[in-house]
Amino acid sequence: MIDEKFDAIVVGAGMAGNAAAYTMAKRGLKVLQLERGEYSGSKNVQGAILYADMMEKIIPDFREDAPLERHLIEQRFWMMTDNSHTGLQYRSDEFNEESPNRYTIIRAQFDKWFSSKVREAGALVVCETTVTELVQDAYGKVIGVKTDRGGGQIHADVVVLAEGVTGLLGTRAGLRKIPKPTEVALAVKEMHFLPQEVIEQRFNLKGNEGVVIEAAGTISKGMTGMGFIYTNRECISVGLGCLVSDFQSTGVSPYQLLEKFKSHPSVAPLLEGSEVKEYAAHLIPEGGYKAIPQLYGDGWVVVGDAAQLNNAIHREGSNLAMTSGRIAAEAVFQVKSRKDPMTAQNLSLYKKMLDDSFIMKDLKKYKDMPKLLHIQSQNFFLTYPQLVNKAMENYLRVDGTPKKEKQKLTMKSFVSARSWAGLFGDAFRLARAWR
Amino acid sequence: MHIVVCIKQVPDSAQIRVHPVTNTIMRQGVPTIINPYDLFALEEAMRLRDKFGGEVTVLTMGPPSAEDSLRKALTYGADRAVLLTDRFFAGSDTLATSFALATAITKIGETYGVPDLVFTGKQTIDGDTAQVGPGIAKRLGLIQVTYVAKVADFDPAARTITLERRAEGGTQVLKSKLPCLVAMLEATNEIRRGSMENALRAARAEVVKWSAKDAGVQDMSKCGLKGSPTIVKRVFAPSARAEKAKFIEAPEGGNLADALIAEVFARQPNLEADLTALARGF
Repeated sequence: MIDEKFDAIVVGAGMAGNAAAYTMAKRGLKVLQLERGEYSGSKNVQGAILYADMMEKIIPDFREDAPLERHLIEQRFWMMTDNSHTGLQYRSDEFNEESPNRYTIIRAQFDKWFSSKVREAGALVVCETTVTELVQDAYGKVIGVKTDRGGGQIHADVVVLAEGVTGLLGTRAGLRKIPKPTEVALAVKEMHFLPQEVIEQRFNLKGNEGVVIEAAGTISKGMTGMGFIYTNRECISVGLGCLVSDFQSTGVSPYQLLEKFKSHPSVAPLLEGSEVKEYAAHLIPEGGYKAIPQLYGDGWVVVGDAAQLNNAIHREGSNLAMTSGRIAAEAVFQVKSRKDPMTAQNLSLYKKMLDDSFIMKDLKKYKDMPKLLHIQSQNFFLTYPQLVNKAMENYLRVDGTPKKEKQKLTMKSFVSARSWAGLFGDAFRLARAWR
Repeated sequence: MHIVVCIKQVPDSAQIRVHPVTNTIMRQGVPTIINPYDLFALEEAMRLRDKFGGEVTVLTMGPPSAEDSLRKALTYGADRAVLLTDRFFAGSDTLATSFALATAITKIGETYGVPDLVFTGKQTIDGDTAQVGPGIAKRLGLIQVTYVAKVADFDPAARTITLERRAEGGTQVLKSKLPCLVAMLEATNEIRRGSMENALRAARAEVVKWSAKDAGVQDMSKCGLKGSPTIVKRVFAPSARAEKAKFIEAPEGGNLADALIAEVFARQPNLEADLTALARGF
């Protein structure tokens, strides 16, 4: 038993945990952060894109010394079939601003830096230590943690659970349920090493400019999922993820999909001659608003992926993680500075602040989207991409067919694939879910 | 009793990569670890301390980032950590390193009590020289016992230590007077998992940082590149072998052994002649 008691124990040193630990330590709270990996970032996996606005709210001058790869000036969306893609591309010199809005980062490096800031802020960071159990008193109030190191429990007024998507600690303690296979995606990613000049040439970039490609279509074999390609300074992150329930029912393995994606005629030339440095896999919460569990209780709050806070539609996760970490920290600080106990009632302030933030507003907006895309995955990920690409080919191929007939053919292909009722239904449902 | 354990932060050799374009070894971003041999030394030192009392001081020379390794040693249970860090030490070979460490150990003796034992690992996995331990012993005038597999006995009253030393063809059992330097072999014990108390203490601990001057170095010309007669001309990855492996399959209706031997003979006709001659002799 360790006599010492902390104001807060943060479990986990990912984006959410680091944001929470940093914010609380900066406010003068006595914070202990426990991380199972060798260092913060050693076990953290993300694409990864950093959203500057949310980071600024935690560390305003992060650009000065944070390890950033490239700022993004271009976004491409690809709707793919097996041998073609129809793309939407947006590129703007406006993104070459003094304080860019989005960056690619490598989490192992970024988190290490973030963690050094957490230490500087005054938190005690202990790595290679797995929290095995939440310690609860007779009334169920969380009063501390047990770790896999000898020497027993450590106590704190509040435990901030930033334990990541699987959230074993919270589920084991009965604070929330294990996410369902329909609520999590399994994403795999590879880091392809290429000389800087080659990346800049292939993606039409100069200096630290970067590109993001997001792709959906037949690459996921009808499953609900997406692929991505991010440019880093000296490597390209290529990945793909689908719902775990889809992998379960199809029996397709993630690496097969990734191999297929990499060999796609639109992708292969971008990666040619590269060396794979790293292969990583991670679960991503995709359940959206409806999957969000209880976020606070007596002596605890849950933040980030563990709280299922992820905007799958806009591919935003880490900013929700860091923002929820920051908000939880601010709520804890407010309760603490009023000298109030860390009861569920007092900590409900966290949920209230979260409801007022972009996090809950965004997630609420898309609350019906996960279900729609899941139930209709065949249509949205197989049928429509093929129809659209076929229509494009039809439109572009010059072969003497009268244009009117071409248009008729295209229209017919849509109607025969989905019927008029199906087409209008899909459009209606999509619009409603998007609203 | 006071034991000094010398450790080194080394690149994790399992994770070193070669730059695909320049064929140079990429040191950047390679995770670092405590030299594995040094962990056996640290554990053995802590076992002696646990049994007979006293203190364990870990010492390393390296860049400021070597503090991570020292903190890890504190997590395992070492009592104190000293980091010898100074740009004058940059580029040290084994001669200059043993000079710097020996000077620092003398200073540690003056500051925290004269050590009864100095432990080192057999060698580091990045340099593989096994010269620094003996170099320290020589400079400090300590008895040195290398390739030690086990501390068999320790007598604090008589101030002696009995060590099992692995030698060609057997094990030597050697008894030495204190103070002495022990260089430990691998796999003689297992480093413990530090307790939560130690982990908290290590996270808070102030690592003592000494410059060359702080450590009492008088003659700077014996430090770093200046004090190092060894010159590294080039570090490179050996090029891949030219011969490619070939996958041999049994031909339709034939057997694999015949196909295999035909392939070998096709490449080495002399071998066929020799073997045929040999076969005739039977």
